[in-house]
Amino acid sequence: MDALLLQFINGLDKGSAYALIALGLTLIFGTLGVVNFAHGALFMLGAFCAVTFSKILSIAQITIDPTKTDFLGNPLKVKTPYIEVWFGDFGTALLDWSVPLSIAMAIPVMILIGITMERGLIKHFYNRPHADQILVTFGLAIVIQEIIKAFFGANPIPQAAPQAFFGSMDIGVMIGFAQDTIIYPYWRLIYFAFSVSIIAGVFAFLRFTTFGMVVRAGMADRETVGLLGINIDRRFTIMFGVAAAVAGLAGVMYTPINPPNYQMGMDFLVLSFVVVVVGGMGSLPGAVLAGFLLGVLESFASMPEIKNFFAGVGLPAIDQIIIYLVAVIVLLVRPRGLLGKAGIMED
Amino acid sequence: MSKFQMNRRGLLKSGAVIGAGMAMPTILTAGTDSGYTNAPTGSTVTLGFNVPQSGAYADEGADELRAYLLAVDHLNGHGDGGMMNTFSSNALQGNGILGKEIVYVTGDTQTKSDAARASAQSMIQKDGAVMITGGSSSGVAVAVQALCQEAGVIFMAGLTHSNDTTGKDKKANGFRHFFNSYMSGAALAPVLEKAYGSDRVAYHLTADYNWGWTTQESVQAATEAKGWSTVANVLTPLTATDFSSYIAPVLNSGADILVLNHYGGNMINSLTSAVQFGLRDRLVNDKNFEIVVPLYSRLMARGAGENVKGIYGSTNWHWSLQDEGSKAFVQSFGQEYGFPPSQAAHTVYCQIMLYADACERAGTHNPCGVAEALEGFDFDGLGNGPTHYRAGDHQCFKDVLVVRGKENPTSEFDLLEIVEVTPRAQVEYPVDHPLFAGGALGVCNPGS
Repeated sequence: MDALLLQFINGLDKGSAYALIALGLTLIFGTLGVVNFAHGALFMLGAFCAVTFSKILSIAQITIDPTKTDFLGNPLKVKTPYIEVWFGDFGTALLDWSVPLSIAMAIPVMILIGITMERGLIKHFYNRPHADQILVTFGLAIVIQEIIKAFFGANPIPQAAPQAFFGSMDIGVMIGFAQDTIIYPYWRLIYFAFSVSIIAGVFAFLRFTTFGMVVRAGMADRETVGLLGINIDRRFTIMFGVAAAVAGLAGVMYTPINPPNYQMGMDFLVLSFVVVVVGGMGSLPGAVLAGFLLGVLESFASMPEIKNFFAGVGLPAIDQIIIYLVAVIVLLVRPRGLLGKAGIMED
Repeated sequence: MSKFQMNRRGLLKSGAVIGAGMAMPTILTAGTDSGYTNAPTGSTVTLGFNVPQSGAYADEGADELRAYLLAVDHLNGHGDGGMMNTFSSNALQGNGILGKEIVYVTGDTQTKSDAARASAQSMIQKDGAVMITGGSSSGVAVAVQALCQEAGVIFMAGLTHSNDTTGKDKKANGFRHFFNSYMSGAALAPVLEKAYGSDRVAYHLTADYNWGWTTQESVQAATEAKGWSTVANVLTPLTATDFSSYIAPVLNSGADILVLNHYGGNMINSLTSAVQFGLRDRLVNDKNFEIVVPLYSRLMARGAGENVKGIYGSTNWHWSLQDEGSKAFVQSFGQEYGFPPSQAAHTVYCQIMLYADACERAGTHNPCGVAEALEGFDFDGLGNGPTHYRAGDHQCFKDVLVVRGKENPTSEFDLLEIVEVTPRAQVEYPVDHPLFAGGALGVCNPGS
């Protein structure tokens, strides 16, 4: 029971990353009708906002320590970040909190990147077939990846969570299980809570603001909203920027979980598309629901007992195929997806 | 009905033809510079460097490429000579290989077998490479080695650690300087026993491909021989990035050791997850929970950051070694590029030196002559102490380093500390060892 509960929590945690990325994808598809294969690259760019912010904070003054030598036998060059030299312990604390603080940089940067991407490239493909959109956005993703690789290299760059969030929380004890049976890392719990907050924020923005109401109206009937004299294109461009920011924030907060590298966006992209299809193309609640659902299923499928059981019935590596298996079943039984509108992908 | 008739002149002619035919292999192995693939004809000899220039191991490939260029420089008589000055063989003159200047072509393996084979094929067929070297993955090494065998060129493997490269997939044209999974297990087990005791329960997470399987098999066998038991071995997809769902079940498995048979990005992510889950802070079976990473590299350690501290693993070479060869190489590489070389850089540098030296000693670039010169070759001065290139499987035997993540690094390169230099005798095994069974070396193929 404790093992199952632990995997369930883990599934929610994994699913929160899928849900965040799928939410952004769905926002873009629902508003602009564009299948954006560069969305994973936006997630990766967000992660590298955190890396860049940390590097800026770490710009260091170099002093020579004559008592020590480097690998060539020369006196050792010691780097001390200027921020520590200038601000002492406060500077050290800023460095420690660089990942959460980088959100402040990531939001404007990602919105700007999103708007530039939409105005500079993607708007020229609105009236082209989905295949063209996929090709151009996939190409764009590769270009972004290579630029990041050229600047930061191919190796992952570790980013630590603030020290206050090192270690794990004993959730089991809180709900009556024995000590140390259900523990979960603090930062992953924070990531989960952060994802839920962002998802709730996006829904509230669309539901309770005038801007959101217009966007929803535009998603339902773009032409009529346009005839009312509302510049819906501009609002949709802003929504592209918002979707880019959501993906970017998901990337920023993910950096302490797995050290970022230039390929991390591609790792999530395919899974997120499956999430969108399972949830229902264009359905925001569907994307969120499917994200969490598939995360939980993937987590359960990784348990040795489940893997062994499926291997015994001729389905080895169930953990690798479970998400795609579910997608196939959903597409066969309910082509519109779990919460998709009737008619979408059904004709 | 025809009648077979043989006169004296016919008999002499036939005898001459058959005799020449019989003598052909001897002539080839004796070192003529013709009758083999891409025999160099001008004043240069072309080598093919097939490394990952894109994909997950691109940084490792870049370091290999740096070492290749340095080696070419040294062999062509430029620079400070590096390990040419400490190499026990005196055949290298600093005038290229057999008086021909070394030129090179490069290919991108992308860490994919099919892409690696395609680039190797292009270098052999279009660029006239007489030798192919490189790789940062066992899957790639095995695939390219088989291609080189078919094409009739020598393959000097780069970073490949799977038993199979010189086990069931060994080839007469292929040679490996790097150590292997068996050696990692044999070197690590006694150190782990000393550090953690013999009453331990291990849980293995294993990358689901050739290298992962052989490493898991080797480490399990070696540690169980020391008294450990193995509670589970879970295969993880090579494409996995978030290992949390594989780490979580470890918590309640009864294991007190986690062995991560992962390399590269897999290792960085799985180790990060394991540390995040607080495994190293746990007390299980009244013992501190520990993590082991059988194959380490400095580049990986950098990616994993603080998480490597105190964690044991093994490595083929480390820049902090103080023998004359290592010091010369680190000096040369460091002066050129501004940072110390990785083990991948070291092994490919050695491979180029060994190839060039074998050509000089054989007096030919003919793959069969080169292979003969490498087989059973004993050498020293290349950073690993006295080393033997075994004829039976083309595997190098030398000391193996057991390392541990450093608690207080003094620089960004100072991430691992050498815990023990395991003597060669402790990691040797017979050619027909069960973990290496299933293949045959075959015979050398000189090609066209």
